[in-house]
Amino acid sequence: MEPNLLKSKALPRFDIIFTCGVAFLVALWAIFATSHAEDVGMTVHGWIFLGAAITAALGLVFTAHGTALQNDQSTYSDGVIRFGVIASTFWGIVGMLVGVVIASQLAFPELLYFKDFGFLNFGRLRPLHTSAVIFAFGGNVLLATSFYVVQRTCRARLFGGMLPWFVFWGYQLFIVLAATGYLMGVTSGQEYAEPTWHVDLWLTVVWVAYLLVFLGTLWKRKEPHIYVANWFYLAFIVTIAMLHVVNNLAVPTSPFATTSYPLFGGVQNALTQWWYGHNAVGFFLTAGFLAIMYYFIPKQVNRPVYSYQLSIVHFWALIFIYIWAGPHHLHYTALPQWAQTLGMTFSIILWMPSWGGMINGLMTLSGAWDKLRTDPVLRMFVASLAFYGMSTFEGPVMSVRAVNSLSHYTDWTIGHVHSGALGWVGMVSFGALYALTPWLWKRERLYSLKLVEMHFWLSTIGILFYISSMWVSGIQQGLMWRSYNEFGFLTYSFVETVKAMHLPYIVRAIGGLLYLIGTCIMAYNLWRTIDGAVAKKEPLVLTNPNLVPAE
Amino acid sequence: MSYEQLSAFAQTSGMIYFMAIFAAVCLYVFWPSNRAKFDKAARMPLENEDIDHVR
Repeated sequence: MEPNLLKSKALPRFDIIFTCGVAFLVALWAIFATSHAEDVGMTVHGWIFLGAAITAALGLVFTAHGTALQNDQSTYSDGVIRFGVIASTFWGIVGMLVGVVIASQLAFPELLYFKDFGFLNFGRLRPLHTSAVIFAFGGNVLLATSFYVVQRTCRARLFGGMLPWFVFWGYQLFIVLAATGYLMGVTSGQEYAEPTWHVDLWLTVVWVAYLLVFLGTLWKRKEPHIYVANWFYLAFIVTIAMLHVVNNLAVPTSPFATTSYPLFGGVQNALTQWWYGHNAVGFFLTAGFLAIMYYFIPKQVNRPVYSYQLSIVHFWALIFIYIWAGPHHLHYTALPQWAQTLGMTFSIILWMPSWGGMINGLMTLSGAWDKLRTDPVLRMFVASLAFYGMSTFEGPVMSVRAVNSLSHYTDWTIGHVHSGALGWVGMVSFGALYALTPWLWKRERLYSLKLVEMHFWLSTIGILFYISSMWVSGIQQGLMWRSYNEFGFLTYSFVETVKAMHLPYIVRAIGGLLYLIGTCIMAYNLWRTIDGAVAKKEPLVLTNPNLVPAE
Repeated sequence: MSYEQLSAFAQTSGMIYFMAIFAAVCLYVFWPSNRAKFDKAARMPLENEDIDHVR
């Protein structure tokens, strides 16, 4: 009867009350949405919301009598992180598969094009791809790793009892709502912020809960110092909350319609959108993943970070400078020239903190470079830093107005984004997933390091195919668009410039396919590791005794 | 206030603001008595072995 005694002394479970309350309100609104919806999109979303609320209620009822809802402060809360690892892998494959489909559609426009059936059109699949890889894959990696890192470096269980579970499942619901919306053509039309107002509101609720979990865990930490990775995670969570709310300020046309009027118009809207868009890169795809770098690379090398002092300078310089770089997306537009120049200047200054961070990560290996030869997971991390350095050099160059006049609206931008996304974000995430899986499931090691090696080479070669084809097609595109004949007319019609892209587009699709195959191999490897298998042909410790470390 | 005055003010105060923040961060980072704290903090990921129990 001891557990009951403990229960009676404890505070009321606000986490359970909160979850039940949210599920009740969502169900109430969803019932009206299914019956009063003014468009098909809202009807479908009403049913999804209703289904989610009922599932949540049933889930609570069925877990309430067991031990699942108990909040044992002497253990870490790792179950939600295991789900996060699986969800990251799943969404990674979905997002990259859609990427390969749309890359093939650009090379072969008839592919999966149905005149009377719009679900698989490029215009609908494209936001599905970007959101799936950034928010579904990247977001789940950040959720899982942040929950892991904050507990270990604070030596405290996640705050909020079942609140982390609410954050995890709430975030999956957001992904499903956003994805189904895009496929039905329900979008607010702003790049990387396509979800409509009711989905935005739901994400806000989930994100505030995420912030509470993170802050609460920091609050009850046993270590006096807050480790640098947590600073990066916190900057990511806080800034994304601010960006998301401000950029999505809108007035819905009705409580049960997916359409809304944005609060900002014209150039103000454009500036807010790219303040949001570039800081999604800066704080979602950079700060969050730098947190992964600052925890997982020292862990994998078994050495402290090269310079902790540099990491603090890196943090404050990065967050103070990144927030100003957005206007470089609006060169030669109605945005005042001084604002464009401001964005360009800050983008160039940003090169320094970026490379400072990259050097800090790379130099953590000093004295342990020989581990690169035997540890393919570490190689994943190092390659990610190399691509981080490359894309954070390319970015400032492209933000210079003169370079931008050639590169903007061309495939060079797409190539640049993917050297950052596939190279930096993708590789550092793969490294973190490979590291986390044996830790979380208490396995001696991964199922197979040879498969990790295969994944490493497939993804590296895939990225090289991708970015080199996009350099070729982007610069060619830019040069063809600005080419005039002796009478002052454009030399090429637009369709001629499209036709010239055919071969680079095929190469790009092949590069993406290689990358996707690599991710599928990772999924197999992680699944076998979770299953408890170890490849028979490989020794438990994969080191060649004949090789002596080069000192 | 003319545009020139406003931009001169914005540029100067912006520069001072950024330099001050940067100086403050550098002072904190290189203050000799903080050295030991940072050395200890740098080892934080390594001291937590792969355990599931809060120590």
